[in-house]
Amino acid sequence: MRNNSSALSRRSVLAAGTAAALLTVLPQPGQAALSEAQARTLVDALVADINQVIASGKSESAMFTEFSRIFGRYSDVPTIARYTLGTDARGASPAQMAAFTKEFQRYISVKYGKRFREFIGGQIEVQGAKAVKSFIEVKSLAKLKGQAPFEVTFLVSDKGGRPLFFNMFIEGINMLLTERTEIGAMLDRRRGSIDGLIQDLKSAG
Amino acid sequence: MNGIALGVLGMALLSGCSVPGPGGAPDGIHDPYEFSNRRAHMFNRDVDRTIVRPVARSYGKVANNDLKTVVDNVATNFATPGIMVNNLLQGDLGGFGKNLYRVVINSTLGIGGLFDPASELSDVALVDADFGMTLARWGAPEGAYLELPLLGPSTERDAIGRFVDLFTNPLRYTLDPPERNVSTAVRVIDRIGDRQRFGDTIDSVLYDSADGYAQTRLIYLQNRRFQIGGSDQDPYSDPYEDPYAQ
Repeated sequence: MRNNSSALSRRSVLAAGTAAALLTVLPQPGQAALSEAQARTLVDALVADINQVIASGKSESAMFTEFSRIFGRYSDVPTIARYTLGTDARGASPAQMAAFTKEFQRYISVKYGKRFREFIGGQIEVQGAKAVKSFIEVKSLAKLKGQAPFEVTFLVSDKGGRPLFFNMFIEGINMLLTERTEIGAMLDRRRGSIDGLIQDLKSAG
Repeated sequence: MNGIALGVLGMALLSGCSVPGPGGAPDGIHDPYEFSNRRAHMFNRDVDRTIVRPVARSYGKVANNDLKTVVDNVATNFATPGIMVNNLLQGDLGGFGKNLYRVVINSTLGIGGLFDPASELSDVALVDADFGMTLARWGAPEGAYLELPLLGPSTERDAIGRFVDLFTNPLRYTLDPPERNVSTAVRVIDRIGDRQRFGDTIDSVLYDSADGYAQTRLIYLQNRRFQIGGSDQDPYSDPYEDPYAQ
């Protein structure tokens, strides 16, 4: 009896130990991986960098280089790029995906860099963070001179390996959806050729 | 009141608003009139390229930022009584009160609306409203997407709203011809100022996009739904859930 129970308890201790070891390895459903505070920290740093660039008075091309660096550092460019390709990403080779992702980063940096350039003389202020679905929504206000303030929202996730934003809304206008429409139209123009799209992307934005 | 009679007429017209069938609006876009809409888009783009954009660029060179702000203030002040009618029709008494405060302060301290002390000194921002928004609050469906000649992107609901809003501003009935013409002129100049101020953004959509019509449509619908709010549509697609995003 005594032997038996001690054997049992040893077994259960071992089992518990194994379970604990497994738990540290396996992803745990129900536990928020990314906190609101972490997401806010990311967007605070992102917004500080954007504000610094728009206040720097650098030339247009120097600003685009800065915005490309900002996109690379704070956003999940591969996921955004893949999403905008939609189902066409399935037929793309790894080399095509790599080339597309690289050109896409340049393209969105120039395109959204131009939008941010319109913020010159203004400021972006982070308002707050809130968990939505499996990610964190961070709201900010862009305050520009002689214009009513408007909302810029970032969606942040750590599924790309570290906290990164994967979508941005300027007054409700969704970057992922807008760019999927645009990339889709560019693909249609090239009759679905990804190499053609990559070529066109080099001069777009 | 005139606005209410027109509102009833508007509601009657709305029963003719087209509603998509199940699965009939991919990405939340319901565009059964795409063919004629695309023709209107080409027409609007030609008008912009040949008339509006050159005029806006000249205006940008002539007018400095202070003048543009004054024009914007006057146009907003003239438009505010019409906005207040819509605040009331939506049951938004808070918005009505803020806008009333703005008209009183800006028309007096702001010297007939030239300046905007209500925003600058007391931080009371305009609570925007229009009849398209009012119809949405009353539960009217958005209807099909429309691109109207000269007026640009709209929906069936917003087109009715724009028409009704020609009559909702009480100043239309109280101003005599000289002031009324001034108000119209200021509104037109203000729109040209907007074309100039957001020039790069508008150019990028109209002239640089692979499909400027589709971009205009998507941007208008998203921004309009965001303004109206309370939509049951979920704009938050999750790229990490997409099988092709992995």
